[in-house]
Amino acid sequence: MNLGPHADFIVAAYAITMSVVAALVAWVALDYSAQRRILGDLEERGVTRRSQRKG
Amino acid sequence: MPVIDLANPTRFLNIVNRVLPWLIALTIILFAAGLFRAMNAPDDYQQGATVKIMFLHVPAAWLGMFGWGLMTVAALGTLVWRHPLADVAGKAAAPIGAAFTFICLVTGSLWGRPTWGTYWVWDARLTSMLVLLLLYFGVLALYWTAEEPSRGARAAAILSLVGAVNLPIIKFSVDWWNTLHQPASVFRMGGSKIDPALLTPLLIMAFAFTLLFVTLHLAVMRNEILRRRVRSMRLMQAQELAEVT
Repeated sequence: MNLGPHADFIVAAYAITMSVVAALVAWVALDYSAQRRILGDLEERGVTRRSQRKG
Repeated sequence: MPVIDLANPTRFLNIVNRVLPWLIALTIILFAAGLFRAMNAPDDYQQGATVKIMFLHVPAAWLGMFGWGLMTVAALGTLVWRHPLADVAGKAAAPIGAAFTFICLVTGSLWGRPTWGTYWVWDARLTSMLVLLLLYFGVLALYWTAEEPSRGARAAAILSLVGAVNLPIIKFSVDWWNTLHQPASVFRMGGSKIDPALLTPLLIMAFAFTLLFVTLHLAVMRNEILRRRVRSMRLMQAQELAEVT
């Protein structure tokens, strides 16, 4: 595949797009594991939400 | 299952947990196919290989605008119908829409230099797209800095509705004003002006990016619901501690 005289522009566009998408995916995955961990800690300490409480 | 059941966050989480793995797999497959077709697409007779930037730039532009459209509908849900998940959906769409708008602006700039001879020009299309990015930053600032989440949500919903005025300006800017940016060439009266050899990979990439948006949006909504649960549990804990002491 020959990208011609403007290869740098094409490679930069794909590299930046991939970096932004990778950053988004990493943020979502890390945030998910963080929220799950905090929820687990709270539940272990016996903290519940109001809707989970009985009578 | 009635659609109204989706308003229940627990039921919504169950559905998202079941659907996400499939969406992730489908997104990866579509990106593999789209990138393969994009890399093997012929050069444009005028732009040469730089036309490959189109496969990123055009879907990113569509999704930057789609994100704000989604936030507009969510804003109506927050302000008018007070749907429990509307604010969650609006808040989740903002960072993703901002990221796609940023990709659109950067790839457009990198495409503009070899084809127009400049990275940036203050024409109506480019400027209105930059305004969209600034509006996204505004909404994110409202969400992230509000002391009381519900107050931040209302302010962000109002800004989302006001900012929706920018969407038709972006779309029709190339028709209303004399711009360096080309007019619509994919969805237009009389059919697409793009050769099928370039249009097919573009549409596959657009579909792949759309699935990526949907997948990320559902995942961020799930995170936001969990974050609100954490907040509510901490408030309960603080309340109990206050009652004891």
